[in-house]
Amino acid sequence: MEIKINIENAGKTFNDGSIVALKDVNLSIAAHEFVTFVGASGCGKSTLLRCIGGLESLSGGDINIDGRSIDGPGVDRAMVFQHYSLYPWLTVTENIKFSRQLLVNREGITSSDVEAASGRADALIDLMGLGHVRNAYPNQLSGGMQQRVAIARALLPRPQILLMDEPFGALDAQTREVMHDLILHVSKLEQTTIVFVTHDVEEAIYLGQRVVLMAPRPGRIDTIYPIELSAQRDQDMKLAPEFLRYKKEILARIRETSGMRTDLELLERMTRQAQPQNDMQ
Amino acid sequence: MPADRAKYSPLMQLCAGWQSVWVIRGQLSRRTYLLFAMAGLLLPLAAWWWLAASGVVDKVFMPGPMDVVNRIYTWFMEDNLSHDMWISTYRVVAGFTLSAILAFPIGLMIGTYRPVQALLEPLTDFIRYMPAVAFIPLVMLWVGIDEGSKIAIIFIGTVFQMVLMVAEDVRRVPITQIEAAQTMGATRGEIVSLVIFQSAKPALLDTLRITMGWAWTYLVVAELVAANSGLGYSILRAQRFMQTDKIFAGIILIGLIGLAIDQLFRLIHRKSFPWLYKK
Ligand SMILES: Nc1ncnc2c1ncn2[C@@H]1O[C@H](COP(=O)(O)OP(=O)(O)O)[C@@H](O)[C@H]1O
Ligand SMILES: [Mg+2]
Repeated sequence: MEIKINIENAGKTFNDGSIVALKDVNLSIAAHEFVTFVGASGCGKSTLLRCIGGLESLSGGDINIDGRSIDGPGVDRAMVFQHYSLYPWLTVTENIKFSRQLLVNREGITSSDVEAASGRADALIDLMGLGHVRNAYPNQLSGGMQQRVAIARALLPRPQILLMDEPFGALDAQTREVMHDLILHVSKLEQTTIVFVTHDVEEAIYLGQRVVLMAPRPGRIDTIYPIELSAQRDQDMKLAPEFLRYKKEILARIRETSGMRTDLELLERMTRQAQPQNDMQ
Repeated sequence: MPADRAKYSPLMQLCAGWQSVWVIRGQLSRRTYLLFAMAGLLLPLAAWWWLAASGVVDKVFMPGPMDVVNRIYTWFMEDNLSHDMWISTYRVVAGFTLSAILAFPIGLMIGTYRPVQALLEPLTDFIRYMPAVAFIPLVMLWVGIDEGSKIAIIFIGTVFQMVLMVAEDVRRVPITQIEAAQTMGATRGEIVSLVIFQSAKPALLDTLRITMGWAWTYLVVAELVAANSGLGYSILRAQRFMQTDKIFAGIILIGLIGLAIDQLFRLIHRKSFPWLYKK
């Protein structure tokens, strides 16, 4: 098994060390693997993803890709953000072709390269069902469509690694299901290595070959769950007993690690406090 | 309940209409909007007319609207109004353009690079609180009393504000737009020119529009400096001869030119940034 991303003792602190966002994170991600990250909010999922993307630098340890330490962002790693990353002054097509336009502006690019990119852009537009809005501006589109544009833009240069930070968090349930099957399709077809952060456990199990559960304070990897479901995923699978078992187990562990629990006595007190006002009405 | 509706008298309908207009952040039909806008413009005019005509205030202090219109006419026919308008507009535009040429690159740098911000922003913040008017004696010493000094005053009055506003516009560019470009392999120069500048453009044009308004307010001050023509100068001179109608005329003309330029900026905004207006 070929290792694509290797994370060794990665640590990250903010505010001169007062916030430990990541501590001793170790993980190897295989080429073509689809890994999902879940965990209570604030456990360092986004920070880890941004470190892999080169948008943050580590405070300690090392992340290497194909054996080379990363040094800033690179075109081998595409990133899809949660929102607001499209360029509102460019049309859908222009947004998707942005990375190619950068190359055109530089020297040494041949017209056949540009044409190949155009062909791929058209294919991506069709695949994402954006044909009828190719000349629209992002703010004319729904959230789901905007996110499809962002994914198409990230896929255009055919990156080896795709990093996604809660990309479907703002979408409604139906749109999200469509996006799940689409991204699985891309993963299989293009053999992209995908690192996917989410707070939705069901999404994590459905998409991931492994689900990595992180725990907060300090941000660290708690448990890794290899998901042994059929590689051919379909929506009905979400109701299968094995699926639900994973879901139950992971949710329980998140609850344990997050330090949040339901305090019945507090709840009762809150309700009692509200009584007199109710009586007055 | 349409049956109940029919019973409403026209007066009650008017009352209902009146109430429906006062929804917080509500909508207004174009016709109603125009109605309110006209009222906002015509009522003060009518009040002015009435005040002048009633004789409550001496005509020397408060000329009527017709006196002002007449004055604008004679000013145009006999006193070379078009030259005054032209020279004032020239001074404003020249001072303003100089400001923009300097403020844009500096503001862009302050908003993009932290060291430049630390180096220049506190200084700019400090200088902008120094009154531009107080620079007049210095400007006269340094630049002399010809055209350059008037342009210099307008420049001093606008440039520091403009630097800070441009820096703020640039800082408002969402960080994810910049980071997305970084992950797509954009160089630093490409990020500044293809992302930050493009993204900030609409806000920058608004900054230009707003500072243009300020440039006009500095005109009168600028024409204090040994001018012998211009709208501001004419206003100041009219005071010496108690020509209140001319003062009114000058103020209103400056207001109208300012309004026209403002509308021009808005038109350019609509034409240049179609994505902001398509929903
Ligand atoms: N730029 C930053 N400056 C200071 N603290 C940060 C920064 N980014 C993240 N953190 C902190 O690091 C921790 C992990 O954050 P994050 O990676 O966003 O968590 P998650 O994505 O899992 O919700 C949080 O405590 C957060 O407040
Ligand atoms: Mg996050």
